[in-house]
Amino acid sequence: MVMEGILETASLLCIDLSQVDLDSIRLPPGEDFGIKSDDEDMNEEYPLEFDMGFGNIIVVDNLPVVPKEKFEKLEGVVRKIYGQIGVIKEDGFWMPVDPATQKTLGQCFIEYNTPQEAELAREKTHNYKLDKSHVFAINMFNDIEKFLKVPDEWAPPETKPYTPGENLQQWLTDEKARDQFVIRSGSDTEVLWNDARHLKPDPVYKRAFWTESFVQWSPLGTYLATVHRQGTAVWGGATTFKQLMRYAHSQVKLIDFSPGERFLVTYSSHEPSNPRDTHRVVLNIFDVKTGKVMRDFKGNADEFVVGGTGGVTGVSWPVFRWGGGKDDKYFARIGKNVISVYETETFTLIDKKSIKVENIMDFSWSPTDPILALFVPELGGGNQPARVSLVQIPAKEEMRQKNLFSVSDCQMYWQSNGDYLAVKVDRYTKTKKSTYTGFELFRIKERDIPIEVLELENKNDKIIAFAWEPKGHRFAVIHGDSPKPDVSFYSMRTTHNTGRVSKLTTLKGKQANALYWSPAGRYIILAGLKGFNGQLEFYNVDELETMGVAEHFSATDIEWDPTGRYVATSVTSVHEMENGFNIWSFNGKLLYRILKDHFFQFLWRPRPPSFLSPEKEEEIFKNLKKYSKKYEAEDQDVSLLLSEQDREKRRRLKDEWDSCVNDWKKWHEADRSERQSLRDGEASDEEEEYEAKEVEVEELLDVSEEVLAFEE
Amino acid sequence: MRPILMKGHERPLTFLKYNRDGDLLFSCAKDHTPTVWFADNGERLGTYRGHNGAVWCCDVSRNSMLLITGSADQTAKLWNVQTGSQLFSFNFDSPARAVDFSVGDKLAVITTDPFMGLPSAIHVKRIAQDPSEQTGESVLTIKGPQGRINRAVWGPLNKTIISSGEDAVVRIWDSETGKLLKESDKETGHKKTVTSLSKSADGSHFLTGSLDKSAKLWDIRSLTLIKTYVTERPVNAVAMSPLLDHVVLGGGQDASAVTTTDHRAGKFEAKFFDKILQEEIGGVKGHFGPINALAFNPDVFQAEVKMDMSGCITSTQITSISRFKTPNRYMVLLIFFPLFLFTDFLSRYQFFPPFSPF
Repeated sequence: MVMEGILETASLLCIDLSQVDLDSIRLPPGEDFGIKSDDEDMNEEYPLEFDMGFGNIIVVDNLPVVPKEKFEKLEGVVRKIYGQIGVIKEDGFWMPVDPATQKTLGQCFIEYNTPQEAELAREKTHNYKLDKSHVFAINMFNDIEKFLKVPDEWAPPETKPYTPGENLQQWLTDEKARDQFVIRSGSDTEVLWNDARHLKPDPVYKRAFWTESFVQWSPLGTYLATVHRQGTAVWGGATTFKQLMRYAHSQVKLIDFSPGERFLVTYSSHEPSNPRDTHRVVLNIFDVKTGKVMRDFKGNADEFVVGGTGGVTGVSWPVFRWGGGKDDKYFARIGKNVISVYETETFTLIDKKSIKVENIMDFSWSPTDPILALFVPELGGGNQPARVSLVQIPAKEEMRQKNLFSVSDCQMYWQSNGDYLAVKVDRYTKTKKSTYTGFELFRIKERDIPIEVLELENKNDKIIAFAWEPKGHRFAVIHGDSPKPDVSFYSMRTTHNTGRVSKLTTLKGKQANALYWSPAGRYIILAGLKGFNGQLEFYNVDELETMGVAEHFSATDIEWDPTGRYVATSVTSVHEMENGFNIWSFNGKLLYRILKDHFFQFLWRPRPPSFLSPEKEEEIFKNLKKYSKKYEAEDQDVSLLLSEQDREKRRRLKDEWDSCVNDWKKWHEADRSERQSLRDGEASDEEEEYEAKEVEVEELLDVSEEVLAFEE
Repeated sequence: MRPILMKGHERPLTFLKYNRDGDLLFSCAKDHTPTVWFADNGERLGTYRGHNGAVWCCDVSRNSMLLITGSADQTAKLWNVQTGSQLFSFNFDSPARAVDFSVGDKLAVITTDPFMGLPSAIHVKRIAQDPSEQTGESVLTIKGPQGRINRAVWGPLNKTIISSGEDAVVRIWDSETGKLLKESDKETGHKKTVTSLSKSADGSHFLTGSLDKSAKLWDIRSLTLIKTYVTERPVNAVAMSPLLDHVVLGGGQDASAVTTTDHRAGKFEAKFFDKILQEEIGGVKGHFGPINALAFNPDVFQAEVKMDMSGCITSTQITSISRFKTPNRYMVLLIFFPLFLFTDFLSRYQFFPPFSPF
């Protein structure tokens, strides 16, 4: 209410306002006369979140009904059971007593310090058998309301009318066939088109505080996942990004989509209440489309530590590795001496049991087929050799096995089509003081899976990086010593024999420590990150020639776009300066550069695989000239337009500037006389107009007359 | 292009000023002793001894007779340029920061830092024709805003004073009444401390450099924002070419945050921008520390190197400052740029070849 209004009303009612003690006025309870309290305002803007609530209280039912005398004994028993699980709050134990009979009611309430402890207690003691007739039933106190609301009679669920969903693949139908990417800088998350023709990004959607930790595309690009304290959400849609589904998982830390994006795995770890205990780990597997929890896994962190090598508090992510290609049929995790393979029909173990593999260290799936590659290290001081084996799922049959001697470590690299598997084997030398590296190359698709051994020319070279050509038969290796290692390219075929590996070339002394193949193959970036400050060499492996050399100073990340046309290099906030990203063409031409402070993430939106058959693709490739004409013409138009716009902009800026300068000149002229007087009449401030004159001055210095004798 | 290294200061340099004729260069540093150099060959002409703290700023009168310096020893001093003798000392209760002579050299503006509970302030002093009649009385004192004022200069016809500093706002004050006339907009203005301010040769516009990694060009009368130059590092120093439509920005990471791995990481290049198009056109390497000060030689006709190339017969000079890693080696890097190199700039992204003056 405005003061004037109050004054008016007061004068109408003949009240002298100065006599009124405003603080003594009490409004009738429940009535606010339409005046909003300041406090309520606050409440509306910021709804308070009671994160604690009653979530830390559990209700234990089916306790024995005892008279008062035995009350304390029962309390002792119950406290003992529940005190083991967590710390019961002081006054956190209440066993109600029936006032009529002076007996307990067979139930009690227990309050823990944290909801996590309460949750754990419920899990652990539900259906706990105290004795034959007393089987505990545990409920969360918070659920009481839920139970109260259960109607007495069952009503059939309503069938909702069908509403057609949006086209989630809309972005693939972009007329200019552009790709999207998401960036995160400061508090903003932005999705943009890469408009390489116009040499700039084109905004799609921007939102501040979209995610609380990071964002992630689903593997086929349909969804963008954001991570929040309460859980994960996925976003997508035809025109803009709307929320499609939420997956509740409190304090989720890590997420992982299955390759066919049917399922989403979320992970969280919780501080134990007792510092001696290990962290508790919760994993949920959701169905992406329906949001239903398909399976959850809970346990101590050390149960999820892979191969016994990881730390106690952390697990190696992803815990579950998906196999069987894009069908999302199987997922597996490694445990102590076992591999547990689950299938997604029922979300249970195949054959209801894990595969026993003593001392298993590592495993990996073929990217396309349900084949597991396992690595078991040496045992018994070398009596039992180390072993790499391929196992077919779901039959669990061993397809191929290779024993390896004096092995220190093994790394497995699958080619993206699942055609080849390269196993990098580090072996001890005879003295056991140093190691050297060799490769075992498996040809998965050939009969009996032949294995070939490859050793580098200089056996002692360290392997810095290894990468398969996507969909191809070649691979690249960086080997040798920093700061000038060599890069070698190999092919799984020779010109005459498709069954033999051959070296294509070795590039000597490159400043590189990472390899980035184009997703379409053929081109590769030899990158020198970290210590090399962002050296980039764009290399054509078909022609074996360097296409371009460039540098993105202190670049931290490199990512090819899904089509292999462009490359993004970015400097993320691990560095203080020069945060931002560069977009390059595949051959190393810098297209544009965007600087953003506090730059966290750059991710290209993935594309689903093409529906074109290989034959069709081949045909397009053959007639590329015909197809490309149209695009070349478009490119030409755009570049003409751009240079025209550029010229126009420059002209405009120039004109604006000229008008400014004219104004200034006028002012300067107008002020001239005044300025002159400020300088005590000193003639001009345009001192430039002086000229140098040569002036000859003759001065008579001295005259003396002397009579000289004239001699004849 | 012929760099001259001028060695003499023992602490980081803070400010550079050419006299009107462009034959003398005055340098201030944290080592208490302002120094004057011959601008054409880099020889040291003399020093001005008497300050007892870092010297932040200086200005020289139009006739090159009088020098004023502002120092952290809570004084601003007037000096005889020729003899190096101290003529007068203005005493304050807090460190003096910026100094600037008015048109006609009859007034000087001096700013003082916030200190021991005192707010920052702008003082206007009358400068007597005869030094023996000089008094320390202020004509006007303006209580400054929050935070340090890093730079204050006179507006056209001495009617206004333009100030800017730590609070990132550029302000125009009435120099008669001390009233605040204009303030730069929070939205379009700088986001972080303004470190430097440089007027154009005719005093019609000025350039501000800020730690928000940008420099902005303003109209001196209306305080309208005309141009913004965006760079990749905090800007410590700015300068405008008196001859061509170029601006130079210098800066770099804070000396304490400099990584030891690579001098490129600190971004210590002086960057040239096209004044009109706001595009970067080149850079000068050769510094191993942040650039603290920049100045153009105002006298473009007193050319040191006469070139007869592509029709250009003049050269211009740019001076920038470098702080070297080796202890007690803080020096002025005097660089002569023949004009034909500037025309090269105009073909875009044509950078100077890196050179090593050592």
